[in-house]
Amino acid sequence: MPEHNNETKEMAQFLIREIDRLVTKPVRLMEVCGTHTVAIFRAGIRQLLPPQVDLVSGPGCPVCVTPDEYIDKAVAYARCEDVILTTFGDMLRVPGSTSSLGEVKATGADIRVVYSPLESLTIAAQNPHKKIIFLAVGFETTAPTAAATVLATKKQNLTNLFLLSSHKIVPPALKVLLADPAVNIDGFLLPGHVCAITGERPFDFLPETYHMPAVVAGFEPLEILRTIYRLARQIHDDQPTIENEYKRIVKPDGNPAARQILSEVYEPTDAVWRGIGMIPDSGLRMKEQYSAFDAQVVLPMVTKTIAKKTACRCGEVLRGIIKPTACQLFGKACVPEHPIGACMVSVEGSCAAWYKYGSGRYTYGT
Amino acid sequence: MCLAVPAKIIDKKDQMAVVEVNSIQRQVSLMLLPEAGIGDFVLIHAGFAIQAIDEEEATLTNQLLREMNGSA
Ligand code: SF4
Repeated sequence: MPEHNNETKEMAQFLIREIDRLVTKPVRLMEVCGTHTVAIFRAGIRQLLPPQVDLVSGPGCPVCVTPDEYIDKAVAYARCEDVILTTFGDMLRVPGSTSSLGEVKATGADIRVVYSPLESLTIAAQNPHKKIIFLAVGFETTAPTAAATVLATKKQNLTNLFLLSSHKIVPPALKVLLADPAVNIDGFLLPGHVCAITGERPFDFLPETYHMPAVVAGFEPLEILRTIYRLARQIHDDQPTIENEYKRIVKPDGNPAARQILSEVYEPTDAVWRGIGMIPDSGLRMKEQYSAFDAQVVLPMVTKTIAKKTACRCGEVLRGIIKPTACQLFGKACVPEHPIGACMVSVEGSCAAWYKYGSGRYTYGT
Repeated sequence: MCLAVPAKIIDKKDQMAVVEVNSIQRQVSLMLLPEAGIGDFVLIHAGFAIQAIDEEEATLTNQLLREMNGSA
């Protein structure tokens, strides 16, 4: 744990003692968000916890759950002469069925990494004779930024910016995990920045329908420990509910303005998650009145995705069934410089996080 | 990908704001947080302010980010 003042240290010690006291049988707690996965490693939280508390990572890395089909489509667009592809940087190395975007870029395709979807607007204005396609991926935190970009594009009367949308929403995926007996989870650390938009309510089904403890977690080491402590208490008292350990950011109602913009542009649709498959109503598609900005409608592209046969176990990793270290390719054929599966690509992917922070420092639970 | 950083709004014009993150200034959109004003601390994600925070929280989260970046 990094240096903190005494008060923080004492608080951490108190929380760990309490967690140890409250947890009397082995429990598996899932952090849903990839940013949490990294924060937990960074703070060395696994090493601090009693051995009966196992932290497992869920499907919370948007890049990791984006299927091959999407990458193949993006690659096909990028190969078009009149297209400029804009994307968040961590999409570049995701392996598609034939090629990654990074490989296409190396052969001269115009692919530009952006920090914000709004940058695509400037690029569109500067390149009126090109079609700009933004790769819109991400969960509830990111989807409103894409929706707002569509509204801004419309307002500026630009007709050459399109979105290839593959946004996903978290709650339906958790339902699928809970229905799978192999997953076996005792509580959830809820994704703080998803909840900043959605509020707590979309996760009410966890305690109500599944008798499942759930706590909204921040990203500070102490906030994460406080979250685990609350989960331990709920499990101990057998009183599952939703608690919020990230109150200064997550209001009960989230961000209504952001949700309003989101639902102006998007509506729920079925979506394919890498490693999990099709999940009903777990994705977002652009509404008909915004189809002029939908790459799939305006510039339809047919691609053929060849199912790859590798020993990659990303699907089990994403559902928290195995730890990355149980994959025989981990750290050998599959490393961040040469990822076989998408879980090794993004820094927030479980395999990449385990590779970067896990090896050699920690053996329990492998 | 859902990483968000705290920042202080130092200027605002229509729906755009100038924010300061670790003494670097950048432009962000206020489309998702229209009521935010100069002096407010907000959480920034992908070029948009997505939620309001208080100053104390900003300091805490910044500290975490520095630790996460290994420079603390
Ligand atoms: S280590 Fe690589 S090959 Fe193995 S599950 Fe993870 S991403 Fe797939």
